[in-house]
Amino acid sequence: MSLSARACIVGAYEHPTRLAPDKSVAQLHAESALGALHDAGLSLADVDGYFCAGDAPGLSPLYMADYLNLKLKWYDGTESGGCSYLAHIEHAAAAIAAGHCSVALITLAGKPRSSGQATGTAFRAPPVDRPEAAWESTFKWTIGGIYGMMMQRHMHDYGTTLEQIAWVKVAASQHAQHNPNALLRKPVTVEEVMASPIISDPIRRLDCCVITDGGGALVLTRPEIARSLKRPIVKVIGCGQTMNTTQGGYLDLTRTGAQQSGAAAFAEAGVTPADIDYASVYDNFTIMVIAQLEDLGFCAKGEGGRFVADGNLISGVGKLPWNTDGGGLCNNHPMNRGGITKAIEAVRQLRGEAHPAVQVKDCRLALAAGPGLVLGPGHAHATVIFERE
Amino acid sequence: MSQANPSTAPAPQAAGFEQDPFAGAFPETREFWAAAEQGQLMLNTCQDCHRPHWYPRAVCPLCGSTRLQWKQASGTGTVYAFSTARRASPPYTLAYVQLAEGPTLMTNLVEADPDTFRIGMPVQVTFQRAVEGRMMPFFKPA
Repeated sequence: MSLSARACIVGAYEHPTRLAPDKSVAQLHAESALGALHDAGLSLADVDGYFCAGDAPGLSPLYMADYLNLKLKWYDGTESGGCSYLAHIEHAAAAIAAGHCSVALITLAGKPRSSGQATGTAFRAPPVDRPEAAWESTFKWTIGGIYGMMMQRHMHDYGTTLEQIAWVKVAASQHAQHNPNALLRKPVTVEEVMASPIISDPIRRLDCCVITDGGGALVLTRPEIARSLKRPIVKVIGCGQTMNTTQGGYLDLTRTGAQQSGAAAFAEAGVTPADIDYASVYDNFTIMVIAQLEDLGFCAKGEGGRFVADGNLISGVGKLPWNTDGGGLCNNHPMNRGGITKAIEAVRQLRGEAHPAVQVKDCRLALAAGPGLVLGPGHAHATVIFERE
Repeated sequence: MSQANPSTAPAPQAAGFEQDPFAGAFPETREFWAAAEQGQLMLNTCQDCHRPHWYPRAVCPLCGSTRLQWKQASGTGTVYAFSTARRASPPYTLAYVQLAEGPTLMTNLVEADPDTFRIGMPVQVTFQRAVEGRMMPFFKPA
């Protein structure tokens, strides 16, 4: 069943903090929720559907629902890492379309920066009952190590170069200079990316996203309610999600779940990559942007390096304006989860509320896509396509 | 059984997989760990679709059959991808190795200078004991 025009984003809010040692995670969730509801012209009393993931205290929507004293008819605690919130958009749109709820709130928040978490470089022991744990934990895999292998294999299979890959970070930094809240606002060059210290071969420091405290929230509702509010209408017209596993040991490290989630979202929306005016594509690592752009169909498999080179992702310069807030590479990666900020910047672009220096002219169709959890041991992926009414 | 953080727990007094919490949580993999004590790499192979899979489990993830059989693997393969953690002390090399029988598994490459590792390089299994007690398949240049 198509979700087209059955649900609209009416509220979007990115918490401005990047370091919040004096706030609780629950407070950051709450402030993000209030920000998005204020943006929509709604209040907590209007919310009857609530969606959150594993970053919410207590591993259930119950505890934040209690903190905010929500009166819920529908809730969903789907946990699929950084793309959870993109999956929540699909779940919320489906719930609204089915009549389960009318005003759906999605929140994310966390404080990995103020807690000193070594997100990408430290091995974190999994619980013993996780079925892959016995077979992988000994090898001290890190997120940087996994994406290092992905980058190396992509370079091996397709001839992708370090220079091409560095252009992803360059584009993010060009956008971030215009975002006063971005953690890293200084533009960098291809040479600076390639000269930054090695983290895990061939990943360098500037290939990695930032670690920030923060949060974000989205509010969805039915089109008729959306039209009664004062904000521009952003329709959810296509969604897709998947879980991309190790496939019983027959994995391809260069391919992502974007192949499945993107195909589903484009099919539902009835549009093609060539129709997309703006794309938010989750940039946990530079190489992951390249692989996802290929898998989403913006270019052929293996052509991603050439596609992103020479500023092709820079708004006003290239053919595909991408992550115009500075993305996870420069702006924000709250709780090590980039899904919600991808949707928020897509909404800004469609409303014409992005920074004037990066605003896409007459932006009508936008995409937000991203992975969750870790490529290799198993990752989720979600894609959402939005249309301005 | 401690669930807290087994990788940093002290090594058990009687080394071996019998006390290993990771091995103990999955009784269906006992035969693998017992063979590993003898330096043998076993693959869980499906008697219906005839393909081996990785990691070993109670259901064939390739066809859904539960008719599985342990078969001794050659212990040889090629490097699919690797990444050396240069900032770790000491540095170590994370890798995926594609076994000669087909499946690809996560491992570490050992017993050689990381600068000599290449995608496609032939490698051979060498077992090392994990801190929790079980023997794990590492790989070295063949």
